[in-house]
Amino acid sequence: MLTFVIRRLGSMAVVMLLVASLVFVIVRVIPGDPAAVMLGDLATAADIAKLRVALGLDRPIAIQYAIYLKQILTGDFGRSIFFNQPVVEAMLSRAELTLLLTLMAVTVAMAIGVPIGVVAAVQRGRRLDHAMTAAAMLAASLPSFWIGLTLIHYFSVQLGWFPVAGYGSPGSVLSERLRHLVLPALALGIPSSALIMRFTRTSMLDVLGEDYIRTARAKGLPAALVVLKHALRNAAIPILTVIGLTVAVLMGGAIVTETVFALPGVGRMIVQAVLYRDYPVIQGALLVVSAIYVLINLAVDLLYAVVDPRIRY
Amino acid sequence: MSAVPNVAVPGPKRSPTMLLLRRLARRRIVVAGLVVLALVVALAVLAPWLAPYAPQRMQVAIRLRPPSLTHLLGTDEFGRDVLSRMMHGARLSFLVGFLVVVVSTIAGTLLGVIAGYVRRLDGALMRLTDAMMAFPDILLAIALLAALGPGLLNVVVALGVVYTPRIARIVRAVTLVLREQQFVDAAEALGATRTRIVVVHLLPNLISPVVVQSTFVFAYAILTEAALSFLGVGIPPTVPSWGNMIASAQQVMHQAPWLVMAPGMAIALTVVALQVVGDGLRDALDPRLRRAV
Repeated sequence: MLTFVIRRLGSMAVVMLLVASLVFVIVRVIPGDPAAVMLGDLATAADIAKLRVALGLDRPIAIQYAIYLKQILTGDFGRSIFFNQPVVEAMLSRAELTLLLTLMAVTVAMAIGVPIGVVAAVQRGRRLDHAMTAAAMLAASLPSFWIGLTLIHYFSVQLGWFPVAGYGSPGSVLSERLRHLVLPALALGIPSSALIMRFTRTSMLDVLGEDYIRTARAKGLPAALVVLKHALRNAAIPILTVIGLTVAVLMGGAIVTETVFALPGVGRMIVQAVLYRDYPVIQGALLVVSAIYVLINLAVDLLYAVVDPRIRY
Repeated sequence: MSAVPNVAVPGPKRSPTMLLLRRLARRRIVVAGLVVLALVVALAVLAPWLAPYAPQRMQVAIRLRPPSLTHLLGTDEFGRDVLSRMMHGARLSFLVGFLVVVVSTIAGTLLGVIAGYVRRLDGALMRLTDAMMAFPDILLAIALLAALGPGLLNVVVALGVVYTPRIARIVRAVTLVLREQQFVDAAEALGATRTRIVVVHLLPNLISPVVVQSTFVFAYAILTEAALSFLGVGIPPTVPSWGNMIASAQQVMHQAPWLVMAPGMAIALTVVALQVVGDGLRDALDPRLRRAV
């Protein structure tokens, strides 16, 4: 187990170094001159040259890369041009919303996807299975921003059950803020529930064909017990994997959903950063989101051993 | 790997293509998907001739009219005909989807074959795809567009980069299997060069998995392009793309819900059709691929 964890951490470090290098390439090499962008159209050539020196942009690219690696290793992600505060601070002050939204959306996706997948597998080949599989395909094909706008139209504007947009007034109680996140979480979670449903169904079908399921049925155990305890538990590993993947998809989706619902989270900050060419923020967002993704994958790998005691690394 | 069936077929001469088409035709849902795609492509290609109005023609007197006989899908906030704009939007979505498939298929196949066939490079190339796949699709696309600037070609480049690792991973997996096959050993024993083995022996066997995967990439590309345009970092807002139409309809959707409904449904229908066809192709070409990544 320990050697596995160490080896896994090693390959994770390699991937993170590559991620950081890719981010460096995207942010520093492709675009024109960040100094000119930062200063805007009115800047003189002398101003730009001065800022280039201050930012270290006049130095060789290899040196710039080394400085960049040192900075991110020490947690220094630079300063946002548009928000005029350190990138880490800007992200942390918006993290609560995005975290809650992602958690709620994962819950929505699991709450819809897993039970429907189980039912579809048990009903394999029957009408209910076909209907659910078709519904899942449709759900996966709808743009999440479209789902969001439709939910706003019916549940906020026409029925008035939920706020149209925003995150409540500053300092409002948690339940009030959560109420603002219900529709966004649905818009974000529904497309992903389709993926979870498909994986649950496939994984359950594999397990339901096993001998021990027949044995359990033959000895007269209630059908619900066989399906939920004997089958679902053993089908859990692929489902866990896809839920881990889903979190990454949702972090990306949050960018769109937060824009639809005008939520002041990290996702919306990223869109604003792109529109204002705020490179430090884009760079920080890329690094943080990919690090979270890599960590989730690690966590999922380690969870396998918990879910399935037969797995010993 | 090819479409050669493992059951005896009556009649001596049947090309693999014919067999594939027959297998596809047997599944009604796949036929339906193909029909939908053909219809949307036809509407898109023929939009300049078939569309009832010019997509940019504004008639402020009839703004925000609900669907009627003269304007089948109603009019938008500038009195432009929604149906005509949708047809022109389809051109754009399909163009982007198609070009993204071309870019990511070429790049992905190249990377995947090299990783799968040249052992020394495998580790490095696969870690690179790991790193690229550590970014959510849309975030990587947005970051690339921030660097490249908006515009159709840049959207294609960004999405091409985003979806290249997906193709590369599949191609590598299949190449790893192919490389151990006897016909590759035989070719090597006969002194074929690496290039010849890749071009003559590997690439033809990679066509099926790549085609299947590229239908899904097509679908994802259409969805992601819509999201990018919606966010305002994709296709310039003056161009009627499905994503742009939804974005601009946002302000008036409570008076005119059809403005959001119509393009949303068009996206969903197209993406569903692509996925159905992709699933059908996968089953028809190679049942063993059914469970691949």
